[in-house]
Amino acid sequence: MLLAPIVWALTCVICYFFAVKTWWFPPPINAHGIAYDAQFMRTLIVVGVIFFLAQFALGYVIVRFRDDGGRASYSHGNNRLESVWTTATAILFLGLVVMGTKIWAGVHFDEAPPDAIAIEVMAKQFSWNFRYAGPDGKFGHTELKLINDASGNPFGLDDKDPAGKDDVVSASLKVPVGKPIRLILHSRDVIHNFFVRELRMKQDIVPGMEIPLHFQADKPGVYEVPCSELCGLGHYQMRTTMQVMSEADFEQWKQQQAQK
Amino acid sequence: MSSPAHAAHHAPQGFIRKYVFSLDHKVIGIQYYFLGLFSVFVGMTLSLLMRFHMVNPNASVSWFAKIWPTAAAGGVMTPELYLSLMTMHGTIMVFFVLTTVPQSGFGNYFLPIQIGAEDMAFPVLNMMSFWTTFLALVIMIAAFFVQGGAPLAGWTAYPPLSGAGRITGPGEGMGQNLWILSIAVFCGASLMGAINFIATLVDLRCKGMSLMRMPLTCWTWLVTAILGLLGFAVLLAAGVLLLLDRTVGTSFFLPGGLYINDQIIANHKGGSPLLWQHLFWFFGHPEVYIAILPGMGVTSQLLSTFSRKPIFGYKAMVYAILSIGFLGFLVWGHHMFMSGMNPYSAMAFATLTMCIGVPSAIKTFNWIGTLWNGKIHFTTSMLFALGFVSLFVTGGVSGIFLGQPALDLYFHDTYFVVGHFHMIMGVAAIFGMFAGTFYWFPKMFGRMLNEPLGKIHFYLTFVGVYAIFTPMHFLGLVGNPRRYSDFSNVEYLAGVIPVHSFMSWAAYITAAAQIIFVINLFWSMKKGPIAPANPWDSTTLEWSIPSPPPFDNFAGVHPVVNHGPYEYSVPGAPQDFIMQTDPPEVHSES
Repeated sequence: MLLAPIVWALTCVICYFFAVKTWWFPPPINAHGIAYDAQFMRTLIVVGVIFFLAQFALGYVIVRFRDDGGRASYSHGNNRLESVWTTATAILFLGLVVMGTKIWAGVHFDEAPPDAIAIEVMAKQFSWNFRYAGPDGKFGHTELKLINDASGNPFGLDDKDPAGKDDVVSASLKVPVGKPIRLILHSRDVIHNFFVRELRMKQDIVPGMEIPLHFQADKPGVYEVPCSELCGLGHYQMRTTMQVMSEADFEQWKQQQAQK
Repeated sequence: MSSPAHAAHHAPQGFIRKYVFSLDHKVIGIQYYFLGLFSVFVGMTLSLLMRFHMVNPNASVSWFAKIWPTAAAGGVMTPELYLSLMTMHGTIMVFFVLTTVPQSGFGNYFLPIQIGAEDMAFPVLNMMSFWTTFLALVIMIAAFFVQGGAPLAGWTAYPPLSGAGRITGPGEGMGQNLWILSIAVFCGASLMGAINFIATLVDLRCKGMSLMRMPLTCWTWLVTAILGLLGFAVLLAAGVLLLLDRTVGTSFFLPGGLYINDQIIANHKGGSPLLWQHLFWFFGHPEVYIAILPGMGVTSQLLSTFSRKPIFGYKAMVYAILSIGFLGFLVWGHHMFMSGMNPYSAMAFATLTMCIGVPSAIKTFNWIGTLWNGKIHFTTSMLFALGFVSLFVTGGVSGIFLGQPALDLYFHDTYFVVGHFHMIMGVAAIFGMFAGTFYWFPKMFGRMLNEPLGKIHFYLTFVGVYAIFTPMHFLGLVGNPRRYSDFSNVEYLAGVIPVHSFMSWAAYITAAAQIIFVINLFWSMKKGPIAPANPWDSTTLEWSIPSPPPFDNFAGVHPVVNHGPYEYSVPGAPQDFIMQTDPPEVHSES
């Protein structure tokens, strides 16, 4: 009996915190993020109603059908009810997946636009590096045995390759606002994960694979990038930032870096 | 019906044959139960240490330094120690608690009795299966004590972190080898158990025990055994391959071009880290159902018994169990939406994942339907069964978010996932075990558990687990990554530290409440009131024999089943329950 008010109270507390959004997503910074939030809210409403009704019903039967003498009614069920709730849940659940398909397709099925800025990401235990192609638009040749973190060559750039002379390497990600970006994700040791909350995007970075990820950020600012796949003892420290800047600032930053 | 186990063995004399290397399924079931009880306290202690470290990452505790002179030098836990506690918490809980207690513990004890058999089909295999599991546990615990300590790659052990050896971090040397070895041995034990369960259920059902007269617990044990047979075989193969990568230099999971910790790894080439994930989750997802299905069976049995009503939609329940078992093998990819696998396959896995939500929802509806118009008796076991339903709903609905690849783009590897699986495969499954304990203890030990103590324990635990695990969903919304030993490096997590503190306190209090259960268990074993044969007025076969049952269960009599498993409140019957073994004339079956 005591269980019913407890179940109801817990249900209300949970629903309350979802309603007041005390702990919530940061605001999105692109169209994908806005679509993501809409899909989340659709799901939250469906799930919230199911959750509330199921817990409420559980509490109700506990109070209503407690033993007060006499016999329970004898019934083995109701096939019509079974088919109603089977069909209803199937339609609801599958409907949600179908509605989310466009969001997933935008990230993974669509190619990056041809004018997207290519940035190579190199994740390693426990830091990030980003490489830009420089004015020639070409990434220079790299080699494993040339990697030297201490001397600032985390990618193993080959200084004999002229294409690599103007490559810019940075420990944090800088992108121009409102421009399509194409990341080329590489890891050189274990699996890591690139995650920016405000982009509503996440992607594992797997050694031996080259995984592309494209996006656009429409709001200037500095956003955190915490590694989101267990990568070893320094996993919790593996953090960098993504700075979204005006196009002019971005070009200026690149030039400054190239001269270093 | 003739049975291979009939007259197969007589009651053994002597302590060793009776209680240690016993062939009796009842003793083996109890052995598994206590192995699980030991493991759950180890696993829980690890989780408390983790919860302490997460909110006090720099605190110095003198006795930490005594236990771990290097990994907690000066009394401050290192991040690698945190990760090894985390790895071992997950591993011990999943394999040695969630897999062993509901299936190998209760299943071993009650499956043969509920189908009217004298023992399992292969008693020697049964004994070997337990002692192999025991060996696996010893090897697992040993991983704590080797150089470098326990592995830090998580219970999922993704290579290259788990495959490239000591170079990827402390614990990735001998600790990880022992971990893989233990899992491989455990797989062997589980395969033996699974074969035995299936053979027993197929061959040893007594006269009249048709499949559709089996208690739902037997259905869940059967499907769990099939999942175990298919799943553990794959995990065993994957584990052997990983061990080969680590020890003899094969490259199943390690690609070329690795540069780890300032060293070029020249001796590996051509492997695929994703292959491990596919193999692991092909086992790992069915494992979720291995953990939860027996709990669903127990819950169904108890809701029917204590609302004094037949189960609502018995056939629908059976089909739901079977379709969960079947679909459970087709959804592993939903753990890998962010892994870099083909994004088109994500759509297939997402669709199948939503399909598996349907039988789960059917079960919930049927549970409410069973309670509807019932006469509910609030025993402690019934409270745990009702708690199971509540937790199953809470843990299940968050799966609707995670099953969508689009939404997983944010939630993957955040605390939202941690909250989800702890609710459903963690505490819901554990509530199934508590429910089973309070329901079957009188049969197993011949004495009753203390009900008031049981209820206090229930309420504290029920509110406690909600307090620990629901905040995790909000942490997920904030984007809190999981498997972080310390949150101070990420600026946006500064605001959620108080939430972590709250969860830690909830964990300490809930863990303390478990002492009530342990006291109740051991005190009642010795001093509890003597249990009658059928204290709950239940219908299934285990309640037709004395508590505890004689050595061969039915004292040489071959039981004959005349009724379905849940004939409660049948109009015209002299009592409000008809036992499965009651003569047919008591009531013509509906």
